[in-house]
Amino acid sequence: MSTPPLLRVVEREALVYARLWRGLAFSTFVQPALYLAAMGIGLGGMVSAHSGRVDGLAYLDFVAPGLLVASAMQLAASESMWPVLGGAKWMRQFHGVVATPIGPGELFGGFVLWTALRSMLGAAAFLLVAALLGAVPSAWGILAVLAAGLCAAAFCAPITAFSISQDSDLSFPLIMRLGVLPLFLFSGTFFPVSQLPSGLRPFAVLSPLWHGVELGRAATTGRFDFAAVVVHVAVLVACIGVGATFGVRAFARRLSA
Amino acid sequence: MNGPMIEARALTKRFGPFVAVDGIDFRIEPGEAFGFLGPNGAGKTSTMRMIGCVSPRSGGVLRVLGLDPTDDGPEIRARVGVVPQEDNLDTELTVWDNLMIYGRYFDLPRREIRERATELLEFVQLSDRRSSRVDPLSGGMKRRLTIARSLINRPELLLLDEPTTGLDPQARHLLWDRLYRLKRSGVTLVLTTHYMDEAEQLCDRLVIMDNAQIVAEGSPRQLIVDNVTREVVEVRLAIDADPAAEVAKLKRFGDRVEALADRVLVYTDDGDATAGEVASDGFDAASVLVRRASLEDVFLILTGRTLED
Ligand SMILES: Nc1ncnc2c1ncn2[C@@H]1O[C@H](COP(=O)(O)OP(=O)(O)OP(=O)(O)O)[C@@H](O)[C@H]1O
Ligand SMILES: [Mg+2]
Repeated sequence: MSTPPLLRVVEREALVYARLWRGLAFSTFVQPALYLAAMGIGLGGMVSAHSGRVDGLAYLDFVAPGLLVASAMQLAASESMWPVLGGAKWMRQFHGVVATPIGPGELFGGFVLWTALRSMLGAAAFLLVAALLGAVPSAWGILAVLAAGLCAAAFCAPITAFSISQDSDLSFPLIMRLGVLPLFLFSGTFFPVSQLPSGLRPFAVLSPLWHGVELGRAATTGRFDFAAVVVHVAVLVACIGVGATFGVRAFARRLSA
Repeated sequence: MNGPMIEARALTKRFGPFVAVDGIDFRIEPGEAFGFLGPNGAGKTSTMRMIGCVSPRSGGVLRVLGLDPTDDGPEIRARVGVVPQEDNLDTELTVWDNLMIYGRYFDLPRREIRERATELLEFVQLSDRRSSRVDPLSGGMKRRLTIARSLINRPELLLLDEPTTGLDPQARHLLWDRLYRLKRSGVTLVLTTHYMDEAEQLCDRLVIMDNAQIVAEGSPRQLIVDNVTREVVEVRLAIDADPAAEVAKLKRFGDRVEALADRVLVYTDDGDATAGEVASDGFDAASVLVRRASLEDVFLILTGRTLED
């Protein structure tokens, strides 16, 4: 029985992860606990005292899915930069992969798939911690893990396509600071986008993270509008599609020139 | 296999306007050990990458295992082993995991990979390091692991790009021995090198590449016979000597004279006699040495340059 090339790439990443997971497990669980304690309980307590509910939700319930999906995005974004350039330039394992029957496009696809899966592992841990803190009112909440995976892939595909074509990591901190961080803060993660100045509000729609967060929130709260869910999913899938189009070409250009 | 292992006609590789491989022809038979000898930038790696189906050709014809890399890349790669110029092992993983992962890229069953990995580690003398991380291994051990890894799919054809560059003599001899055994077991070896002793040791046949082209082809012995005299007298000049004048004087001693930065090579069929003549002539030399002609000389005579520059 043969395993598709994409999954053989995932196997490699999973093995590396399995070898290192003990070191990663701590941060996987502790980071959500810290975020939820500070934002949800600490800040959330103040918000509730002053203005009651946010979008009709307790602040903890509002912010938990936002943090869950935004953390997935952050992880996916950084995994799509340094490790990608490392595979092409520093450690060069990617060159080893494309010397086997696996092609550059399949390597790209496997990498994005793995990053999504790994983000889902993180999101599942996050969800568990959030549920224990009472921040997941709906049983649909389990679907927030899927939302996180989709959002992670939506960031991973285009960023990976970019990273593979770089010659140095100089641009990566800039992307984190000027791209990922602002999205993290202003995509309806900590407060509804209706709080943004009216001139900026339309731009939130352009943020893939906003679509991911809205999906995650629909899941954990169980409040959703079917049409909106379809649009959010479509936008994220479109990001993956565009990223994959460039990514497959960029991988071939870098690894099989 | 019927027909050649690899066949190239007018094979060309361009990077933009730059021509890295300029219409070369060669043919490699099953079971042969075939070498590409040439200085930095000659186009050896570019050629190897086209053969290994990781770099599309810009022109010409290429057949590997009777197949066309353009159409059958994955199938060819499944049957070829590659030792790249720069190691690309998974350095944060163990020796063993590197072989397991690489075997999975070929979709081999884990059980099968375990058996082969055990044998291969034995073969490259790394059994005792199987649980060690790759990072701290010496250059020679990493190279041996890369060779073991390249054999995990039991390739019919093994591509080795500068397999021993940067290794100490002992590590090189160990590698040569392993490659020799592989050749005896029927694997076709294609290797690049800029060491002429490596080419002489390992290759049945080789081509000399320079400036993207093949400048000579043959067995190591044939190349020397065809292009060089049997022996060479190396005259190291006195420090204060005027090289141009000394070269002019040495011309009458040999069939051919080549001036290098620090010494002059006099090509002759009887080295001892020529060295004697040079000495009895009262020639002002720091030292005079007689040696057999080598591929290095073939290269020098064909291109006017040494392999190392
Ligand atoms: N991806 C690339 N883009 C542009 N030029 C390239 C590329 N790869 C190789 N070259 C150029 O092609 C020429 C041949 O390179 P190649 O690596 O094939 O030489 P080589 O014989 O393997 O040299 P070395 O002994 O240094 O490994 C060089 O001038 C090199 O700079
Ligand atoms: Mg090279």
